[in-house]
Amino acid sequence: MNAPTRYLLQGCVYAGFALMLGYFSQAPNYRPIAEGDAQIKLSFAHGGKPKGGCRDRTAAELSALAANMRKAQLCSRERVDVVVQFELDGKTVFDQSLPPSGLRGDGPSHMYEKFDVPAGRHEVLLRLRNTTRADGWDFQAHRHVALQPGQILAIDFDPGNGGFLLSGTGGGG
Amino acid sequence: MGFMWLEGWFDMAFGARWNPMYYLGGLGFFYFWVVAVSGFYVYAFFDTGLTEAYDSVDQLTNSQWYLGGVMRSLHRYASDALVVMMVLHMIREFAFDHHRGPRYFSWITGVPMTWLIIAAGVTGYWLVWDQLAQYIAIVSAEWLDWLPIFGEPIARNFMQHESLDDRFFTLLIFLHIALPLILLLVMWIHLQRVAYARWKPARGLSVGTFAMLVVLSFVTPAISHAPADLDRVPQLLNFDWYYLFAYPLIENWGAGTMWMIAFGATFALMALPWLPPRRKLAAATVNLDNCNGCTRCASDCPFSAIMMMPRTDGLPFDKQAVVDADVCVSCGICVGACPTAMPFRRRSDLVPGIDLPGLTAASLRDKIHAASAKISGHDRVLLIGCDHGIKSRKLATANRAAVDLPCAGMLPPSYIDYILSKDLADGVAIVGCRSGECQYRLGPEWSEDRFDGRRDPHLRKRVPRDKLLRLWMAPTQWRAALAGLEAFQAGLGNSPETHATHALDDLADAAAANVRAAETGEVP
Repeated sequence: MNAPTRYLLQGCVYAGFALMLGYFSQAPNYRPIAEGDAQIKLSFAHGGKPKGGCRDRTAAELSALAANMRKAQLCSRERVDVVVQFELDGKTVFDQSLPPSGLRGDGPSHMYEKFDVPAGRHEVLLRLRNTTRADGWDFQAHRHVALQPGQILAIDFDPGNGGFLLSGTGGGG
Repeated sequence: MGFMWLEGWFDMAFGARWNPMYYLGGLGFFYFWVVAVSGFYVYAFFDTGLTEAYDSVDQLTNSQWYLGGVMRSLHRYASDALVVMMVLHMIREFAFDHHRGPRYFSWITGVPMTWLIIAAGVTGYWLVWDQLAQYIAIVSAEWLDWLPIFGEPIARNFMQHESLDDRFFTLLIFLHIALPLILLLVMWIHLQRVAYARWKPARGLSVGTFAMLVVLSFVTPAISHAPADLDRVPQLLNFDWYYLFAYPLIENWGAGTMWMIAFGATFALMALPWLPPRRKLAAATVNLDNCNGCTRCASDCPFSAIMMMPRTDGLPFDKQAVVDADVCVSCGICVGACPTAMPFRRRSDLVPGIDLPGLTAASLRDKIHAASAKISGHDRVLLIGCDHGIKSRKLATANRAAVDLPCAGMLPPSYIDYILSKDLADGVAIVGCRSGECQYRLGPEWSEDRFDGRRDPHLRKRVPRDKLLRLWMAPTQWRAALAGLEAFQAGLGNSPETHATHALDDLADAAAANVRAAETGEVP
């Protein structure tokens, strides 16, 4: 094979490789969410109340402690599960009891879930129980939200700020 | 077999010296350095901030398109090419059965490199902090969160803009630099048991592939998506499938399934060298009585299995050869390098300084005699074949008999002299693997060097070169080998009605030129 033919073939190989590199480096396109859908993310890290409850220390107990250790209440270390329920448009899409983290069960419970939903108006009902009570809820939020295509509604939980926090709706509860 | 066809075709287009299929690992290493150098340039302009990261990359791409933009594109495309080379290299080594036996070490050290390369690439995509980065960051975090080793979900960091701060990019840039450095260390370990590794491609191939990357960078520059926006789901993404192929699968199959696939594939790859294990042949042994510590065997061993150590037997030599049996692949190339593997001996037994128990130098001489006894008539040829090359039975006839070696490089040149001077045949044909495809890497190169006097032990000048045929061919080329042999026999001239043909000259010249070119850098 003569040199020009060989260089021509080499050029073809390089061109083919470049074509493959260039194409798969940016194509085919990928759409992470269906066109016209929005997304709701429900996530929090929150510690339930102590499982064994708390009691006030007696004066004798307090005086027996070093000055810097005199915490007024004595609580059990282990925390209760945090129970979360999420209803979307009247349908339960998440209902779980989240155990506390940590080897001793004394860390916060946490969760992270995302839900793809059609854009438009939705009814959101959120409930959370973080105490030893057998039924009923410690926190609830009921909202109507309007979601644009591609919009993310982030739902967090912070009892210090009123409970559930829905980004972009300004609401707690 | 597919690789052999492809490589034969590439041999025609590139020549053996520039054939990219023989440099898949070396090309990967070359791309690594293109990534490193272009990365240094891009890093000089990169700003580690929540908004500054995107702005700095965007500015580099647009205001400095002729240099910064090209550097960014080179960084991208060389990284992609690195993945392609890594995958091809693994498939080729597997297809040629280069991953088992003592070569397991290079294989299993190569497996973690796949993780490191992908992780380094993914962290690079994060740094741009555009919508693609946002998608990668969130899915990566969700994938990692499946492992029960993190406390609060990492993905919570991407719930809102307020969750992120500039330190996130400091962490990312640290990872993006640390991972390639670890990769470099693993690459060094990867080559520890490979002597004369082809860690850099031939200059012509480097120039060609670099020019290709530059042209691609100008024609299709790498650009960013819109800036990341944690309030919106990224819509249509221009996906780099070389690095991000697993991301849609994580979303569709679930994080747990993908962890199982990832770990399963990793362990399966790690276990491949033992599925099943290669039958271990006896390693080369050193006979100190005949070893003068000349170092030729250590120098020629393709896998650094021979070390020269201080003498232990009191003989007046500085060194002695010591074989590491765990590393020895029993190719016999060391025997071919040993000047004491001399078949002419009469007074003493044929026990060279280093020998292969499975096929000793003495038994090789016996086999040659036995093969010689089988052939008759004019133009008798002894084929010295290779267990991994063309099957010698396809070439044998009444006046052609074969002796197969583990590797053609095992044949000491003195045996050719012996065959011809003892009239055991009228010609000798070495039928070994194509350069670049040798099972033991260096058989054809070392043989050619020995025959042509570039490497000890030399083939003596008195041996008529027209009675030696060197055919370095793939098993797929056995018909061409057959034609070459017939032409060779016709040219031996022992029969009055035979004539040398141009076909023989062309074939032999081309084969020798390919091997010579592989060493000298000439384009054949």
